[in-house]
Amino acid sequence: MVDLPEKKVGVISCSGEGCVEGTISRVATRLVLEKVRPEETVTICLPLFLAGGGEERAFAKYYPTITVDGCDKLCAKVGTERYSGKPAGSIVVTDLTKSPGCFRVRSPRKLDSKSLALAEKVAERIALEVDEVLEHRR
Amino acid sequence: MKATKQKRAVVIPCSGIGKALGSVSREATYEVVENLRKGVTDTTCLALIVSGDEETLQLVKNNRCIAVDGCPLQCAAKNVKLAGGDLAASFRVVDTLRENRHLKPKSVTFLDHDGQELANLLAEQVAEKVDELLRK
Repeated sequence: MVDLPEKKVGVISCSGEGCVEGTISRVATRLVLEKVRPEETVTICLPLFLAGGGEERAFAKYYPTITVDGCDKLCAKVGTERYSGKPAGSIVVTDLTKSPGCFRVRSPRKLDSKSLALAEKVAERIALEVDEVLEHRR
Repeated sequence: MKATKQKRAVVIPCSGIGKALGSVSREATYEVVENLRKGVTDTTCLALIVSGDEETLQLVKNNRCIAVDGCPLQCAAKNVKLAGGDLAASFRVVDTLRENRHLKPKSVTFLDHDGQELANLLAEQVAEKVDELLRK
């Protein structure tokens, strides 16, 4: 029997350094990779689409991707679409908070308990999208 | 939030999500911007450069930039250069790690003790570079 590669979903986070929602997107993505769906997911650094080579830019061809953005500038979605391929799903943290945008009202360095709870909620949303993508591919 | 005046340095980490060294670059940047050189430095999202955000492109073109990269692929430095930014200096976490081989950072999501110590050491180096750039 042919040994086919495992079915995995690529989760690409904006990791925005400028605001707390970027940190939430980053932490949520890591939670999915480490705890929530470790067997079903992989990631790539978004800036590698420009800094890397053809292999990195072909990431979305190898894996269906879900982008996770902190704010409505949608850097992860725009960057993935532009340099790699159309994402299968897209999550925006500020859509879940209903806040108007991404402002540095507090330090993005460390998440407080409220922000950490939001990161866990975002991770659950990512996991649902991962399950849906894999279900469609079966 | 964004640096618009002269005599500011924009510190841009790679924030690599796959390895602990990316988290070290991010933490070192926050230590410089929020503590060691607060007021004369700023940071911005590297992803905004990747997505071609006009305001961010102007920021990196009009201010002296310091890239802080986790790994030798140097995403931050390369993206600032590709965007036409004023890349005045570039640091790599791997270089600081080589100088401090006793440190073994492992945790990615939240830095462990070694990762935090490495970030603090790197932040000191970046802060010195900020002083040098702003003296010129």
